[in-house]
This record gives sequence, structure tokens and C-alpha cells, in this order.
Amino acid sequence: MSQLLAYYLQNIKANHHLNAFAEVFVEEAKDQASLIDQKIARGEAGKLAGLVVGIKDLFNYAGHRMQAASKILEGYVAPYHATALERLLQADALIIGRQNCDEFGMGSANENSVYGPVHNPLNPLHSAGGSSGGSAAAVAAQMCQLSLASDTGGSVRQPAAFCGLLGLKPGYGRISRHGLTAYASSFDCVGLIGQYPEDLAQVLEVIAGPDEWDSTASPYPLAAYTGKLSSVSSKKIAFFEEILDNGEGLQPEVKDAFLAKIAQLEEQGYQVEGIKFPLLPFLLPVYYLLTTAEASSNLARYDGIRYGFRSELQQAELLDGLYKKTRAEGFGKEVKRRLILGTFVLSANYFDAYYQKAQKVRRQIREATQQVLRHYDFIISPTTPSTAFELGKPRQNPVEMYLEDIFTVQANVTGIPAISLPIAYDARGLPIGLQVMANFEKEYELLAFAKEQLEDKKN
Amino acid sequence: MTQYADTYELVVGLEIHIQLNTQSKLFAPESHVFGQLPNTQTSVVSLAYPGTLPRLNRQALVSALRLALACNCAIQPRLVFDRKNYFYPDLPKGYQISQDKEPIAQGGILHFWDSQGDIKTLPLHHFHLEEDAGKSIHPENAAESHLDFNRAGVPLIEMVTEPVIHASETALQLLYAVRRLVRFLGISDGNMEEGSLRCDANVSVRPHGSSRLGTRVEIKNLNSARNVKKAIEYEFVRQCELLAQGQHFSQETRAFDAELGRTRTLRQKESLHDYRYFPDPDLPPFLIKPDWIAAIQAEMPTLPHEWLYTLRNTYGLPASEAVTLAEEPEALRYFEEAARHTPLYAELAHWLNNELRALQKETGLLPARWPLRPKVLAELLTLVASQKVSRLIAQHQLLPQLWNNPAHSLADLIQDQHLAMEDNSAVLQNLIQEILLAWPDKVKAYKKGKKGLLGFFMGEIQKRTQGKAHPSLAQQLLAEALDSSRY
Repeated sequence: MSQLLAYYLQNIKANHHLNAFAEVFVEEAKDQASLIDQKIARGEAGKLAGLVVGIKDLFNYAGHRMQAASKILEGYVAPYHATALERLLQADALIIGRQNCDEFGMGSANENSVYGPVHNPLNPLHSAGGSSGGSAAAVAAQMCQLSLASDTGGSVRQPAAFCGLLGLKPGYGRISRHGLTAYASSFDCVGLIGQYPEDLAQVLEVIAGPDEWDSTASPYPLAAYTGKLSSVSSKKIAFFEEILDNGEGLQPEVKDAFLAKIAQLEEQGYQVEGIKFPLLPFLLPVYYLLTTAEASSNLARYDGIRYGFRSELQQAELLDGLYKKTRAEGFGKEVKRRLILGTFVLSANYFDAYYQKAQKVRRQIREATQQVLRHYDFIISPTTPSTAFELGKPRQNPVEMYLEDIFTVQANVTGIPAISLPIAYDARGLPIGLQVMANFEKEYELLAFAKEQLEDKKN
Repeated sequence: MTQYADTYELVVGLEIHIQLNTQSKLFAPESHVFGQLPNTQTSVVSLAYPGTLPRLNRQALVSALRLALACNCAIQPRLVFDRKNYFYPDLPKGYQISQDKEPIAQGGILHFWDSQGDIKTLPLHHFHLEEDAGKSIHPENAAESHLDFNRAGVPLIEMVTEPVIHASETALQLLYAVRRLVRFLGISDGNMEEGSLRCDANVSVRPHGSSRLGTRVEIKNLNSARNVKKAIEYEFVRQCELLAQGQHFSQETRAFDAELGRTRTLRQKESLHDYRYFPDPDLPPFLIKPDWIAAIQAEMPTLPHEWLYTLRNTYGLPASEAVTLAEEPEALRYFEEAARHTPLYAELAHWLNNELRALQKETGLLPARWPLRPKVLAELLTLVASQKVSRLIAQHQLLPQLWNNPAHSLADLIQDQHLAMEDNSAVLQNLIQEILLAWPDKVKAYKKGKKGLLGFFMGEIQKRTQGKAHPSLAQQLLAEALDSSRY
């Protein structure tokens, strides 16, 4: 264990320039490693002994700082454990450090961070993706074996795709959100980034399941992980034809890789069918209206009063000044943009036109998606329209960046589980990801499918 | 108030906040007891630390359902909680979890009674369940304010009446009725001084006969039932004066200053908040199943107005005794138990409301812990009624002894201390003879027609028997003796 840890710590040192970690728990991890070694020697070690995990800077880890990559949580020390993290610790996983991400999980490039951007290990001029950029870069550069991250609109799958890894967003409520700093409550999912499907399955089994601290956690326990991901019995796969039609935005190499994958799947005996999904254009609007609405309320607690950052005030300034200055200085640009949008969406005069209508469309999307999943085992698409983009490239407007989430948000709007797995590389050597969605409680099936495809690629 | 009462009608609706006495807070695990040191009853949940989530307290739900059943409200089968968003330092999350469009209880009626003990009803608009905020404390001459989050997250019911109250006295009686009801239901201590019962009043006036409501003014900071009455009365006159002068005024929120007995502007309508209500995504809709409601219904206690009705009609108590007795469930249970052993209901109520309350005050023991068993009290009253023991002896000698030492047997006490009524004619006749011989002048005066002296002789008899002489027997023997020619 201690040797393994030394290996990861060495890699963290060597890859410092990637900016993947906000903080590395060096000494603590060393102590922890020797304790786990002793447990192993006594034969008392937990299920996850030997696993070195990094955590996204959104999880409360008692006694440790947590900042959500935001200035507003400067100095905050978590007084309690997030449920997922607590279950990892109980199973003797080793927590090596907390990882850079977009502020409060809002972003697709890991550029909205108080710590600065994360660089892609495969090409440091490119983004590692977002919002869990640090979590993906850390696994890709062998700085930890697995990352505990979160996915509100693709924040686990997109960086996994950009870094050539597996990114699993389980079904909504599969893993307790207790202790995960909220972005949008009805979308947020604890997710995992790793290299091997078996790792993900094993960790999922440990951390999933009911939790009295999260009323939205599924009351049904996850089936036990048998130790192997049995071969895939599901054979019917759908993809939405519209995603190929609208040429602009979809990188040609990504499209080619996706079509090649379809052909390969058919060779393997899968029945792959293109179908229409007319609600596709509504996914992003629904996603951005509802997530910003929820965020505007979820982030109201950061007021500089009880914890975190508080702006220096002049003597005579009133309460309003405290709020305005603290929040203006504490939040980054993208977060503020979303809070303002969300506040607008919920305001009395626009509530029906935006929030209510978006909720209605969300229900329709859920039903339409369920309709598809009654006939097909999986729905596939590229994970992202393009491979990892260059860092620091100025963008026309934020909507351009929002389009990055076009394929991933459906799983969050509907709550179903989804996975991203690497299928190819573009000409610059950047990975291309395939997203697979399945119905609720099919996390193991997604992992089994990923395993099968990864093994096939090797052969 | 009277000068305008002929011209204008008062229209009041009340918003009553009831703090529930649950073990833990509405969505957080910690307890909430009044009067603890600031910020000692908090948790990461009620302080809104990042990543914390609400968890609905079932006990609070049961309390709300008990109240809904007591008031005959329509119960919302699918419970949704909404976020009410606003910034204030004592509101940790930046929103209050409340209920906006679908309150747990709609409609229903509140039973109350007037000073004559006549039962009345008032229609309710709705009540909903929400969490309380913390407390901001602004010390005088201090540059900073202090915050106490002990109250943050305490379960609260906000009850809204229809605006059909037309007398300040009615508002007072309604508040008493709510306090009584929540105590009978055991869901709140209903203590206004400690803030577990709070009230805002919406007051408007209009010319008699008008069906349109006048401009509404909301009065806050009403921390006692008396102040609610006073504030309404002040506000009625203030609004009438403005109307009489032809002045218009706008909808606003005012505060009542109890010391000055006046209301003053707190904020104008223009600054009313947009609370951006939306369903709390952290709390899935909670389904209230009919069999659960049925189980709660089965556990419902007898309600205050049901008690009052029974006391007046079944037990035939006079209104004054019935109203006093119906204030408290424990005293009623005591009464009910004692009434199984004697039909002297009015007597029983009178003793309970007076003698036993006096002993309660002396000893600080609440009815549930009164040492005197109801059955023994009934026996004592039976002895008094059948003139086996005099009322004075019973009240001043037997009752205190039985209270202080419940192990005593009533019969033994009477026997050992010779406290029984003296009803032996021969003994009384001897006594009367002694007295009449001792006061020949008065006997003479009596015979000459000063019949009022009978009372004097009776007094002498009771003095010499320490009040134990059987009154009617003694009086009869006295009259016979005086009328005889022996003296």
C-alpha cells in the first residue's frame, strides 16, 4: 500500500503543471497507508483496501478544506463527511487529495476555477474537460486510481471522454448527495472516473444505496457486485439520427468514429437502429433553465455570514452591502451569470413562461426517453461534439460552451444512468468518447458493456 | 373605538404561528428547547453548511395532521414543500422551506367561545407547515448585530383565518382558543411569551353595509393576546380617522409598540418581496396515506369545545365553572374521573376550580400530579352534601391533610380527629340549653320579636362545636327551644 501510494505521490509531483489537485493530503495519506497495510496484514482490511482515490473539491471531508473551486468558500473546513466519502473510508479506500474543478461544478472546460485551469495530460495545451477536469486528469496521469466526482450535466462523462477514461454517472439518487456541495439538486449525481470497469463496479457497490440524510436517494439498495461483469445480454441499441444531421458543431472525426463504432457493434451482433427524437432541441434549454433556477436558490447560503469568505466592509455599510460585496467578490463570472439567469427564471413574472414550461417539457423528455428504452437496451451517441478543446481560446458567447453538453444533459434531465468510454482518437491524438445511456438500475449493464467494448478494442 | 363603530365596520383576519413541540427540528436532527444558550441547538443542516439536505420530521407531520383533523380541514394527500427565497442573516439557507400553493390543510373551522361560554365557529382559510428562522439580536449602541440559530428550522404551523372577525374581543378569544386547542392536542406549549404562539393581524375597515374590503394593513410583533386586541383597537381608530378625513392610505406592514400602545409603519407595499417560490427539489413529494390519517384520527383526544359542550349539557355545569374547567385537559381528566364517583358535578367543578387550584398554586403541582385522588375528593364532597362533614371542616382541615398525605384514609381522619358532623339531638339540645342560659337578655329580645338573633345563637353553637354542629338539625332544635316556654 505504502509503495503504491509513493507511486501516485511521485506522479502527482511530476504532473504538478497539470493543476489537477487543489490539495494533496501527503502526510495523512502516508499514515493512512501504513494503517491499511497493518489491516491487510491482519486480514481485516475492507473491500476497497489498496484503492487510491481522489475527490472533487465539492465533497465534504471532515477536518479538511473544501472550496468548490470558489473564492466564496475560502477557509471553509468541512465539519462532516459526505456519505459517499464516508463509505469509501469505511471500506479502507485511501483519499489522496482533493481535485480542481469548475466553480460549484459549473463549466465544461475547468476554466472557471479559483485554482486556474486543468491541463489535459494527453496534451497540456488542451482542456481536461469540466467540470471534473482535475478528477479526470488525475486518473489519466496516474495520480490516483479512481476519482469521486459529480455530474450535473455531463461533468463526469465529458472530462472522462476528453482524457480517454471511463466516466460513470449512475441513475439519479443511486448514490447519496449528502455532503456533495449542491449545484442543481434535481440533476446532481455523484459519479466516478476511472480506467477499469471493475474498479467502478466495486466502488459503486460500496457507496451506492439508501441514505437517511438524503430524501432523494433511492430507497432500493443496489444489487451486490458479483466480482465480475458478466457478458452483455442486451442486444438492441438506438441512436438519434438528428445528431448526425446537424453537421455544424459535430467534429467530423467524432462523427466518423461514431459511425465506425456503430458498424463495429453491428459486426458484434448488436442490432443498432437510428431513430428520431424530436425533443432533442429542447434538452439544453430545459437543462439550463432548471439548473440555473435551482442553483440560484442552492447558492443563496453563501452570504459571508456563517463560513467562508466575507468581504471587508467599511464601518457604515449596511447589510445589503455585506451581501452584495461578498457575493460579487466571492463568486466567479460564470457562476454569477447562472445565478442571475436562475433568479430571473424564478421571478414572479417569468415563472410560468420559463420554470413551469421547462418542468413540463422535462416530463415530456422523461416519458419520450422511457418510451425509447422500452424498445432498446441502450441509447448511444458521441459523448461530446468535439474532442478536448484548446485552453484559453476566447469564445464568442457562453452558449457556445453550453452546446458542449448537448449529448450529456439528457441523462441528467431524465435521471437515467450513463457512461462514457473511449473508442478512438482524433488526428491530434485526443480521445473520442462514446456515451451509452440505459434505464434506471442498469449501472452494472453499462459497465459490462464498457468492459466488453474495451476488451474488444484491445484484441 | 365607539365613536366610529356606528359608521365603520372592523374586518380582521389573523395569521397565527404555532411552534410545534417536536423532539427535533422540521428538517434537521437537533432538539429545540426554549431558553438555551445561543447557538447550542444547531447542526450542519440547520446552519446550511454546503452539501447538507433536509429530511422531513414525521412527528411534525403527525402534529399538523392532528390539528387538521381537529379543525375539520381538507388534508392535502400529496405533500409538497416549496422554497421561499429571500436574504436575511438569520435565514441560513437563503430560503425558508415552506408551503406555497398546496398547504397541508385547507378550509376548516376553529371553535372558540365567548365570555358567556357560548360556542362559536370561525372559518379558516388554510394552514401550512414551514420552518422557523433564527433570531437577529441588535444590542443597543453596538456596532454589530448578533445571530442565534437555535430557532432556525423549528417546525412551525402558519394558520390563516378568513377575514371575518369584526370585534377585537373575538380576536382575543380566538387566540385563547388556538392556545387551548394546541395544548389539548399536545402539539405545542402555546406559550405566547416564549414565542411558541405568535400572531399577525390583517386589519381593514369599511363603511357598514359595504361588501368590498378596505385597504389592508398587516400588524406584526404581537407577542400577547392582550396586545393583539389593543393593536386591532388602535388600528381601527387610526384607519377610521384617516377615512373620516377623506384620506387614502396604502397597503403596508406595521409594527405594534406595546409600550406606546401604537402601531407604526414597518414597510410599504412597494417593497414587498418576490419570494421566487418553487418546489424544493431536495424533498420528494410526500404521500399521506388514508390509513395513516385514520390511525391519527383514532388517537384524537376530546377537543376543548366538545368538553365545554359536555360540561354544560351532560354535567349541567354553570357557564363560569365549565369555561374555567375546559381550559386544561389534565383538570378535565381529573374532573371526569371524580364525576364517576359522585353526581355532585357543579360542586366538584367548583372545588376543582377553586380549592384544588389554590393548593396547586401553593405546591406548584399540575393536575396530572395532584396527590389527592379524584375518588377521595368525590367522597369528601358526598360527605359534605349529606352533612356528615361540614363544608368548612372539609375545606380547611380535611382537604389539606388529604393533599399533603394522600395515604390517609378519609374515614380514619374524620374519626381520629372527631371531625364528623354533630347530629346527636341530645348533645345538641344540651349545648343549646347552655347557650340560652348564658344569654338571657338575648333570649328575651328574641321573644319580643328580634328574630334575627337566631343567627347569633347558631354562630355560638358552631363556635362551641368548632363548626361541627349539623346546621339544619341544630337550627331546628334551637328554634324549638326558643319557642318553648322554658326560657
